[in-house]
Amino acid sequence: MNSLDAGREQVIATYNFAYLDEQTKRMIRRAILKSIAVPGYQVPFASREMPMPYGWGTGGVQVTAAIIGPDDRLKVIDQGADDTTNAISIRKFFERTTGVETTTLTADASIIQTRHRIPETPLTAGQILVFQVPIPEPLRFLEPRETETRTMHALEEYGVMHVKLYEDIARHGHIATTYAYPVKVEGRYVTDPSPTPKFDNPKMHRNPALQLFGAGREMRIYAIPPWTEVVSLDFEDHPFEVQAFERPCALCGADDVFLDEVITDDRGGRMFVCSDTDHCNTRQAEGHAGEQEA
Amino acid sequence: MAETDFLSGGLADPVLAGQSAFRAIMQAMAEPGTVQAVADCPTPPSGLSRTMAAIATTLCDADTPIWLDVALANDPQVVKWLAFHTGAPVTADSGAAMFAFVSDPSSMPALDRFAQGTDTYPDRSTTLVLAVDAFDADQPLSLSGPGIESTRRFAFAPLPEAFIDQWSENRARFPRGVDLILAGPEAVACLPRSTRIKSGEH
Ligand SMILES: [Zn+2]
Repeated sequence: MNSLDAGREQVIATYNFAYLDEQTKRMIRRAILKSIAVPGYQVPFASREMPMPYGWGTGGVQVTAAIIGPDDRLKVIDQGADDTTNAISIRKFFERTTGVETTTLTADASIIQTRHRIPETPLTAGQILVFQVPIPEPLRFLEPRETETRTMHALEEYGVMHVKLYEDIARHGHIATTYAYPVKVEGRYVTDPSPTPKFDNPKMHRNPALQLFGAGREMRIYAIPPWTEVVSLDFEDHPFEVQAFERPCALCGADDVFLDEVITDDRGGRMFVCSDTDHCNTRQAEGHAGEQEA
Repeated sequence: MAETDFLSGGLADPVLAGQSAFRAIMQAMAEPGTVQAVADCPTPPSGLSRTMAAIATTLCDADTPIWLDVALANDPQVVKWLAFHTGAPVTADSGAAMFAFVSDPSSMPALDRFAQGTDTYPDRSTTLVLAVDAFDADQPLSLSGPGIESTRRFAFAPLPEAFIDQWSENRARFPRGVDLILAGPEAVACLPRSTRIKSGEH
């Protein structure tokens, strides 16, 4: 093969690096830069069909595809776990289309794509967390019209959001919203943290990592740059609180993490374990044990 | 230069070069005032800096009207090179540009002459790409805002006229306003509209 052919081979081989064509990547990259410049604001983008159904994180996949390069190491989690069908298929998609290394270790990943959790291991400067977002508009359930929500954001008319949270208090005695709990970013935009448990909201605040959010079906990208102020909405007499768990993880004994209930047998046996499987495995490998293991 | 020189000076591997240039720009935008190396720059005609050329080929295409300052607009080799390597239409209306390329900071139009975005669509604003000679200078600026842990010292030269005042007006228009990509020698730094700048001189 002469050098011209070799060059052409290389172009063909790399043209669909990360699946998306270059024009689409440029469009998404421009949207990402705007989203970083205006933290919490939802930037419209022309979402593309991906070789997976909506609901499988096509927004997050497109964001990751637009940023990922050969030097990256990718981790993909679904509700904290690396080994669900959804996480495995997204990881395989990027292994096949980019050849990048993948990992389950939070600390070793340069890009972490996530569905609905923030890892328990604190993120560090230079890492990028990509959220898969189903519904990016925090006001959508209160106001279905896009033109109206856009105006509400423009005028910072967020009273309706407080009314909704206050109705929770009137009905339940506390704010009952536990997932997709709205935040205010850098004192300006009310933003949906995606359906993460509110347990993870404080991790968004002044996080040294860059947080990018992609909503495929709704065609929106937004961002929280490193060290950005992220405040969960609340009231003076009903301050924001994260979920508290009555007992530590049954496997690793961690008492400062988000736990999932797991059915252990068909006689109603159950236990609570870390939702973040990498965190739990790492702790067990370090010698930590919960009551199940003791 | 030969008539067809604008055809050359592209990148051997535009896909991966574009990815790595984008990551440098994104990191610079996410952490304002940090200087990020751009390793693999194209080789444009001498009127356009290599870093500016890398930014143009990474971010601009037929969907992005670009505005060129006088020095660039009057350089036919630069205009042809940008047309061939990006496909971006050139506009004479700074308020209609998605990207504006300023090779001579001393003649930069006022920031409010560019598209500012609207209250409902603040993203519809111009991103300015400004050629700078250096990221060290004896006029340190103090930056704060998103992407900065507390404050960050940053300098670039040459500084456009009345830049600090212009920038503080730009910041006051937030969430409207322009974003700046500073193209230094094979490196970039960014000033997104969210950044506050104080003159470091006391
Ligand atoms: Zn555990």
